[in-house]
Amino acid sequence: METKTDQSHLKAMHPRLRELLFTLRRFMKNPLSVIGLSLVVIFGLIALLAPVLQPPKYADPYKIPHTGFRAQPSPPSAEHPLGTMQQQYDMLYGLVWGTRSAFRIGVAVVAANLLIGIVLGLLAGYFGGALDEIIMRITDIFFAMPFLVVAMALVVAVGRGLKAVVIVLIILGWPSYTRVLRSDILVTRGKDFILAARASGASHLRIMFTHILPNALYSVLILASLNIGTTILTAAALSFLGLGSETGTADWGQIISLCRGWILGTAGNPFAYWYVVFIPGFVISLFVLGWNLMGDAVRDVFDPRMRRR
Amino acid sequence: MILVLFGVSLVVFTMMMLLPPGQRVSIYVNSDRITPAVMDAMIAKYGLNDPAPVQYFRWISNIFHGEFGYSITASSPVLDGFKRFFPVSLELVLLAVPLIILTGIFLGTLGAVRKDTPVDHFTRVMAIIGFSLPTFWLGLLLLMIFYGFAGIFPPSALSNDMRNVVFGADFHRYTQLFTIDGILNWRWDVVWDSVYRMILPAFNLTVINSALIMRLMRSSMLESLGQDYIMTARAKGADRRTLFRKHARRNAMLPVVTISGITFAELMGSMVITETIFDRKGIGWWMAQAALQLDVSAIMFDVLFLGTVYVVINLIVDLIYAWVDPRVRLS
Repeated sequence: METKTDQSHLKAMHPRLRELLFTLRRFMKNPLSVIGLSLVVIFGLIALLAPVLQPPKYADPYKIPHTGFRAQPSPPSAEHPLGTMQQQYDMLYGLVWGTRSAFRIGVAVVAANLLIGIVLGLLAGYFGGALDEIIMRITDIFFAMPFLVVAMALVVAVGRGLKAVVIVLIILGWPSYTRVLRSDILVTRGKDFILAARASGASHLRIMFTHILPNALYSVLILASLNIGTTILTAAALSFLGLGSETGTADWGQIISLCRGWILGTAGNPFAYWYVVFIPGFVISLFVLGWNLMGDAVRDVFDPRMRRR
Repeated sequence: MILVLFGVSLVVFTMMMLLPPGQRVSIYVNSDRITPAVMDAMIAKYGLNDPAPVQYFRWISNIFHGEFGYSITASSPVLDGFKRFFPVSLELVLLAVPLIILTGIFLGTLGAVRKDTPVDHFTRVMAIIGFSLPTFWLGLLLLMIFYGFAGIFPPSALSNDMRNVVFGADFHRYTQLFTIDGILNWRWDVVWDSVYRMILPAFNLTVINSALIMRLMRSSMLESLGQDYIMTARAKGADRRTLFRKHARRNAMLPVVTISGITFAELMGSMVITETIFDRKGIGWWMAQAALQLDVSAIMFDVLFLGTVYVVINLIVDLIYAWVDPRVRLS
């Protein structure tokens, strides 16, 4: 009896909302997607609660406190649960606040990329013609350039530091969204309901935003989820090469770069400093893995060829 | 295609114009012994304060005359530096790309054929993990375990002894590739040393880069297994082996060809990290140094070069595509 009322309740809902519920249920059924989501949520909580978990010691919370200048890292202890890096920077503090910088970088870059990508993709896909040609040739140019090399050069030209990294990743990152959105729109544009909307006198803007965009948006959003992970990897790579933040900043790439000299250990104990090499990279991998698992699961859930089986 | 290269050159030029003229002088000089007074004279001489379009055409015409300037990080003209660094990268790419493509195709096919079995789940999870690992971290871990702990697979491209042999008097460097030259000079110790030192970086590149090909291969194989002609072949009594190899995989390979080409082109660019970690002095390592020390001429040359590689490889892929796919060939 109750299920029946439930059903009618479902039917009364907006079809898009019903679709969303159905999708969510499918999403939660897949163990991998649940793992991905939990990882992202856990990292999100760490980022949000950073001031509680590791109260900052300086005015700038992104500066890792260090107790001394001894070069050798020290192993985990009661005072430093994950040990310290070279110059006695506290690893746990760096990783916790590094989570916050990772979210800031990832979200800022991907949101800006999405915005640019969606606007240009809409223009190219919807209007076609010369505008489409120009925009797509520009994306071709971006794809033809070696990403990391250009990113490095640009960061140096803009003037090093995390801010420069974010700006450069925003400049370089949008073309893939434009491409994906445009090809999706080309498919949607020819559908009958667009013709119907046009025949009933809807304006370009209305057609673009209420009819075309919602139908073509999914693949772009999936790409965005996957790209948060990749963005963090690229930002970390740039920091690793010495172009990102300054020494002692709570930023994962910077932490790994600080620890890269310790892979060899001491005579007789080859794994003496394993923790400074292993821990920060492991944390980055988990973060990226979470976003990738989530994006992957969302793709499977939304793919009409995969669903309803 | 030409248009894309023109665009790349414009972007590179814009990037260069962000820098002050003093740093841009290096593109026009051929040695590092320049005094500040001479530099000002050179800025005036080469018109580095001229309007941008004038400078652009001057720069482009220099490039067409084969003048790429002087590289501080290579301490030689850019072209000489390139000739020195490029073979080291090429060698690794030539070893890694087949590994990446074959691993991807093999595991992708396996996953599709055994869909929804533990094998499939395992390979998919491995692909996502491989895709999520930071290149620099995996490289450091590999070095820590193999070089630091086990004392095998050392970094850098050649050992000191072998380097002495290679740069010695009676060793002819026909191709500049250590392995090929080693064979041609009948010095198998050089060949072995060079291959031995490439195993770890090649493995590193394979783990991280084969994931994409693998996933593409899996989905494309699944798609082609669902086609009607597979059903027909199955109904006619084809055994699984023929079915998978001749009917399904051949068609599933098409999109993989495209991605493989792009992988090759992008690998040249993504060598930056791998070469830095494994201390191989190739163009990736050179670029990392160049970016850190603002070696403008080297960066500009490299971006143009890799852009050209990308465009040419895409052209080759299109040609291969037409040759492999009869539908494209006949239309």
